[in-house]
Amino acid sequence: MAQLNMVQAINQALAQEMARDDRVVIIGEDVGRDGGVFRVTEGLQDRFGPERVLDTPLSESGIMGAAIGMAACGLRPVPEIQFMGFTYSAFEQLFAHGARLRSRSRGRFGCPMVVRTPYGGGIKAPELHEESTEALFCQAPGLKVVVPSGPYNAKGLLLASLRDPDPVLFLEPTRLYRMIKEEVPEGEYLVELGRARVARPGREVTVVAWGSMLERVLKAVAGFDAEVIDMLTLNPLDMECVLGSVKKTGRAVIVHEAALTCGVGAEIAATLACDGILFLRGPVKRVAAPDVPVPLAKLIDHYLPSIQQIQAAVEDVLKY
Amino acid sequence: MPDTVIATFQVRQLTILDPSGDVDLALLPKLSDDRLWEMYRFMVLTRVFDERAVSLQREGRMGTYPPVKGQEATQVGSAFALTKEDWIFPSFREMGVHLTLGFPIPQLLQYWTGDERAQRIPEQFKIFPFCVAVGSQLPQAVGAALAVRYRREPAAVAVFFGDGATSKGDFHEAMNMAGVYRLPIVFICQNNQWAISVPVKGQTASATLAQKAVGYGFEGIQVDGNDVLAVYAAVSGALEKARRGEGPAMVECLTYRMADHTTADDAGRYRSPEEVEYWRSRDPLLRMERYLESRGRWTPEAAGEVRGWATAAIDQAVREMEEIPPPEPAELFEGALAELTPRQKRQRKER
Repeated sequence: MAQLNMVQAINQALAQEMARDDRVVIIGEDVGRDGGVFRVTEGLQDRFGPERVLDTPLSESGIMGAAIGMAACGLRPVPEIQFMGFTYSAFEQLFAHGARLRSRSRGRFGCPMVVRTPYGGGIKAPELHEESTEALFCQAPGLKVVVPSGPYNAKGLLLASLRDPDPVLFLEPTRLYRMIKEEVPEGEYLVELGRARVARPGREVTVVAWGSMLERVLKAVAGFDAEVIDMLTLNPLDMECVLGSVKKTGRAVIVHEAALTCGVGAEIAATLACDGILFLRGPVKRVAAPDVPVPLAKLIDHYLPSIQQIQAAVEDVLKY
Repeated sequence: MPDTVIATFQVRQLTILDPSGDVDLALLPKLSDDRLWEMYRFMVLTRVFDERAVSLQREGRMGTYPPVKGQEATQVGSAFALTKEDWIFPSFREMGVHLTLGFPIPQLLQYWTGDERAQRIPEQFKIFPFCVAVGSQLPQAVGAALAVRYRREPAAVAVFFGDGATSKGDFHEAMNMAGVYRLPIVFICQNNQWAISVPVKGQTASATLAQKAVGYGFEGIQVDGNDVLAVYAAVSGALEKARRGEGPAMVECLTYRMADHTTADDAGRYRSPEEVEYWRSRDPLLRMERYLESRGRWTPEAAGEVRGWATAAIDQAVREMEEIPPPEPAELFEGALAELTPRQKRQRKER
């Protein structure tokens, strides 16, 4: 098996699915000739042609809207929005149309598209290039939100997303793109959407994370008997998995790099309070970014949850 | 250093049937008398539908409704230019297009009672659901045109919007993309001159809306939108060109919203009775009647028959619409996802 990083794993998934299904069309800024600003679509235009890897004008709402129209008319577009912060230009298309087309057409038109976008901080990029506003999109009931945490699950989740009948927002943790290499099978395999995984078994405390934070959480809990849950999909949330773990450990810490208030951690904590209160020995702790805009490089380390903060939260809940 | 004019542009304006009912024979599209009569019938049907919809709303039998009155020529003329293979992206005021294409009338009424089951377009129509968010259907129509071209379908896409939509960013993004890719799409702007209370001169400093197309590298033409023959000629020409792979076009139909923006609006607050009166004299039905009279087709009796036919069709549709049972609470979840999440399934059970 080859050792691949996440960029290579995603590229491989795209290439394999494009070879298998000629309805799959990539559309976005700089995705063709340039192979994308992170080179995730490198080589695909050469292989599949400019009709299937479409370089667009600088036009996020146009890209998203066009992808919706393509999806409704029988294609399976994969719009790339260059950075998550640029999805805000396309928000209306995604939120008001893509996510609800199946519902508002009462099933006549589906919107099978995968919106790929790099997200997250710590890459020394300019403003709006390091956003992590996944919770915004989880408020759209018709939109699935998927966040891989490593090359293996990135490939399997992307293949599953590409075959899903509904729109998927696929958030690629930019900081991890080339940081982690893993064994990635050459053949196709699917990682089911809507299922979390136990990234590390443990007995004393459950730590819930996803995407970019998973790597940091795994480092932070090295000295603890902690069970780490990697959510993988944020909408729908696999709360059965979290509740099952907390039933065993009695303690929960949730870590995300999005701002604290109304982050996905709030939904997880609320569900734990509603459905898992009797399993808990102490309060649920959240480690998240402060409620301020994502800063530039010089302040980013004071913004993103640190290993020390995660460890302090784990130690805190272990007191109960 | 030279200071040279490197670009100039022209905008065509097309009228074939003038308000007095005279036609320009050189421009007259080839349409049989029967076909012209059909156009007239659908214009009347649209008018009668509209009048009934407004009264149903006033009687509390329907929700807020956006009247079509005054735009019948634009809508019927465009619909006559479409084939069954073409994709249609309406805004929310194209009931005349639906009626002309034979859309089930009870279903059309049902939507405006507040029942989204009516947004499930029957399979034989390649029509998108009504789009209430102004202008947001345009980029989607561009996507449909990309799909049509990708699959080498012998079709074009027609997208309808109003003058207000031309101020939105999505108008720009869609027109721009359509131009860059030379897509098979026709942008049909129903310039009814008012976006609720804001007149066209409050939307743009541009002399016409049609000329905006020039900036995107394709032709925009302005037609007299109350002239069903001009609309038909311009839209058919543009659609045929698009189907031949010769790129997009914009057709600005200069018309007038003779009624309020919706039944919740009072246009008397922002426009003068003189203006409304002027446009009443340019009613698209009137000039078609005058023309058909000159062809020996229109008589008061024949007109009475058409109105009787339209009224009976709408009466019947209202009865059928009112017999549709109300949606069950579980209908809330219909199509939320192809397969509901466990949480949605629980919520549905709890309704």
